[in-house]
Amino acid sequence: MDQKRIGKVHAIVSNLVQVDIDAPVINREICYIEEPTEKRKLMAEVIKVQSGRCYVQVYESTRGLKVGCPVEFTAELLQVDLAPGLLSRNLDGLQNDLDQFEGTFLQRGVYNTPINFEAEFDFEVSKKVGDEVRAGDWLGHVKENWMDHKIMVPFNLEGTYRITEIKHGKYKVKDTIAVLENIQTKETVNVSMHQKWPIYQPIKAYKEKTAIFKPLTTGIRAIDTLNPMMEGGSGFIPGPFGCGKTVLQHNISQHAEADIIIIAACGERANEVVEIFTEFPELKDPRSGRSLMERTIIICNTSNMPVAAREASVYTAMTIGEYYRQMGLKVLLLADSTSRWAQALREISNKMEELPGPDAFPMDLTAIISSFYARAGYVKLNNEDPASITFIGTVSPAGGNLKEPVTEATKKAARCFYALSQARADSKRYPAIDPVDSYSKYLEYAEVQEYMKKEIGEDWIDKVLEVKDMLLRGKETKEQINILGDDSVPIEHHDTFWKAELVDFIILQQDAFDEIDADTPMERQKYMLDLILDICHTKFKFDKFEEVQDYFKNMINLLKQMNYSEFQSEKFKEYERNLGAHIAQRRSEVA
Amino acid sequence: MQTSKDNKAFQKVFTKLTNITKATCTVTAEGVGNEEMAVVDGRPAQVVKIFGDQVTLQIFQGTNGIATNSEVIFTGKPPQLKVGDDLIGRFFNAYGDPIDNGPELTGKAIDIGGPTVNPVRRKQPSELIATGIAGIDLNNTLVSGQKIPFFADPDQPFNQVLADVALRAQVDRIILGGMGMLLDDFLFYKRLFEEAGAMDKIICFMNTTEDAPVERLLIPDMALTAAEYFAVEKNEKVLVLLTDMTLYCDALSIVSNRMDQIPTKDFMPGSLYSDLAKLYEKAAQFPTGGSITILAVTTLSGGDITHAIPDNTGYITEGQLFLRRDTDVSKTIVDPFRSLSRLKQLVIGKKTREDHPQVMNACIRLFSDAANAKTKLENGFDLTDYDKRTLNFAKEYSKDILATDINIDTTEMLDRCWRQYAAHFEKHELGIKQDLIDKYWKN
Repeated sequence: MDQKRIGKVHAIVSNLVQVDIDAPVINREICYIEEPTEKRKLMAEVIKVQSGRCYVQVYESTRGLKVGCPVEFTAELLQVDLAPGLLSRNLDGLQNDLDQFEGTFLQRGVYNTPINFEAEFDFEVSKKVGDEVRAGDWLGHVKENWMDHKIMVPFNLEGTYRITEIKHGKYKVKDTIAVLENIQTKETVNVSMHQKWPIYQPIKAYKEKTAIFKPLTTGIRAIDTLNPMMEGGSGFIPGPFGCGKTVLQHNISQHAEADIIIIAACGERANEVVEIFTEFPELKDPRSGRSLMERTIIICNTSNMPVAAREASVYTAMTIGEYYRQMGLKVLLLADSTSRWAQALREISNKMEELPGPDAFPMDLTAIISSFYARAGYVKLNNEDPASITFIGTVSPAGGNLKEPVTEATKKAARCFYALSQARADSKRYPAIDPVDSYSKYLEYAEVQEYMKKEIGEDWIDKVLEVKDMLLRGKETKEQINILGDDSVPIEHHDTFWKAELVDFIILQQDAFDEIDADTPMERQKYMLDLILDICHTKFKFDKFEEVQDYFKNMINLLKQMNYSEFQSEKFKEYERNLGAHIAQRRSEVA
Repeated sequence: MQTSKDNKAFQKVFTKLTNITKATCTVTAEGVGNEEMAVVDGRPAQVVKIFGDQVTLQIFQGTNGIATNSEVIFTGKPPQLKVGDDLIGRFFNAYGDPIDNGPELTGKAIDIGGPTVNPVRRKQPSELIATGIAGIDLNNTLVSGQKIPFFADPDQPFNQVLADVALRAQVDRIILGGMGMLLDDFLFYKRLFEEAGAMDKIICFMNTTEDAPVERLLIPDMALTAAEYFAVEKNEKVLVLLTDMTLYCDALSIVSNRMDQIPTKDFMPGSLYSDLAKLYEKAAQFPTGGSITILAVTTLSGGDITHAIPDNTGYITEGQLFLRRDTDVSKTIVDPFRSLSRLKQLVIGKKTREDHPQVMNACIRLFSDAANAKTKLENGFDLTDYDKRTLNFAKEYSKDILATDINIDTTEMLDRCWRQYAAHFEKHELGIKQDLIDKYWKN
């Protein structure tokens, strides 16, 4: 398809445009529609061909478009630029660099690339002439922020190549830094630091996907202790509005033990993204001591930006994530919210007059979601190094109903489920992760169990399960007390209930806005869990049920002060001593 | 909308209508732009769909009396508003034409529903807008650049509270967008603004129940276009009041229904979320000091917030405010449980006293304990001493702090909380950081 293919607009309904063209068309290829007033070219993507006419979704407002407007086809699928210089960028769903746009308002038909093709990078070679390489192999690296950004054999090359030329030194991104020759065909390829990749296709230039076994800590107790996330794992956070989905995701993005964080703000509030823009450069990555922004990429397609680009935004984020994974890094991808992406699919499907599935979502919604989640995983690269993409998406269920199609489809695809509960949010028990409904399937994985036994503690998983049971028992007991009345149940019931409350207040609840409490390292989580379990195993003497509440409230208060104090500091120890004295008052015997 | 007869010679006129529904008509025409405004037999209309030479228009005032040979004149322009300082103190209809017998506008005509603010050009909201109402200032602080609706049943006094907030708030400009407003309510606002001597701050875009329902679709964009002019060009702090957004959504569903779109939950169009987001996201803090804050009203049916309209709204806005009649003290309060301001974290304890966040949370926890005690009482169980104390606290808290007719500043609100703590509780029952208790506990 060498010659220019030009079509003409035939019909317009909102951002769906039908185009007449007298030439071959590729499904999902990118085209540009020229609007009549300022002659700007609006980017669009072919999404269907019917009766010889092709349907394109426009990534911009179609205001003012007319029948007959020229449409230029590019033969390229929607793809992103992969090269050094992506870190710390604020991009939109189509990978435009938002900081490079001029003016307060976004103008339609104006595009750019985040890659600075004029900048020079110091390329340090790690392979030599004569070495045999395959797609994804590292040829060397350049410095990007603090990290070694690997320069790799292009992912789309098939078969084995031999390096015939490789150059050390300062080069621009598009300069040839190596020449490769195919061993069989003898075809030669010039390699630069830059490559393009179509976003709907996973990058698979690694040896194999392997079993998940290693926890990815987030500093959040309700996740790390109770329902841990894994390196290469997948999870989702459904919750009605006002339950703290976004605060939880921001907290994960700040404290998670990952090398690279990619945040896809998909169809959500602009002020939330502004919060990241404002705070991340100020916040420090506790592990590297550098600004959090240095390990972060933000893909931002807020709710008022074009709907069609919402779908693209999560794929753009995933593709960039895969690129960094190829360098042997732990990538954490967060998408808020995948429901908005599903709604974008619904809007388009609706305008194409497709037969609708449940709640008017397209029929293939489940398939689309599960194949997206499948792009997460733990891999062994060609050189046996481990690398991973962990994906956590939020879901905004309509009416808070977890039986709606997006939640159901996601439940089938993700292994961790962090259900945010309205009742917990209403009583300000944050994070509002429901301890009974939520789960991490990874706790059942043999590889995970082995790892935890070895690295965290022989009986760690038993302790976690015990705490979970205690929470469930507390909930049941609470119901009994509510039905029968405080004084009609045995005092032990109050004891059981308040022990569950203790776990709730001290382990589950966490102040996301307190500098110390917001991030609990694993060692501290272990310590606190042991402490809480000790208390829960203690038998207390009570004469009247009224005493129970008061006694436990005091205990919760002391433990809370501990949570607010620096671990093992003088203050922390003092509260712990007071706690010991408090426990001694009513201790009868240790069970 | 002015389309004077003199210009007709330069405009495209078509007379072959092939389709007429209750809200739309289709005309055979050429060279027409998407979303362009037109006049069909004297009535304003807008292009919503083009298929070859078949152009579908939504006619705002309905299609009764439209003939298959009616004259359709295209203006070549999307809906516009003439922005300028002469908007101030004036009342307009949905097309931006004066309805107060005042002079025509002379400002520059700009397209309504204009482009999106580049997110990296926004500033993080950080200025508190004080209202004197504790349910807002103490528990759900309003911040400039925020968008937040009142979720209220039609019988609740939301217009009164909205007007109070508007008049007390320290802002430069108040823009009221009324959709399907009862004429009585319109007159209420008008009188209130006049009596408060606030006419030099006010601009109104009004669609009452006497006007065509589909016209409402233009109101928020008109109001927000005016707001952008004052916030961006004049660096003013603008407060936009939109009431009632439920009626706006109803109009959306009428149009999508006429266009044969497949309805989703509660018969709303599949694009409801994006349609609402486009409006609410106009709220912004600009780096030059100007800001747009949106206070909206979304009426509920029987308090049901799972309905598609409040549900989608809640996912877009930065919190929501619920009004509630507290029968124990016979006052209207802003419900501390269900209300939420997402941006309050940016100002509380920073622009207000340091104890604000913890005092706020402790009060709500105690108020919630009181609600549990009340349930126990209603079920005929005995109350503990603590239960009784929380009940007494809840009454005082509701009457002396939360009631919407109280107008005090935040520091006074916090002091009142501490006084009530001391009257009813022990220090350890508060769950507040020790150093704050040491500093603020009132003996």
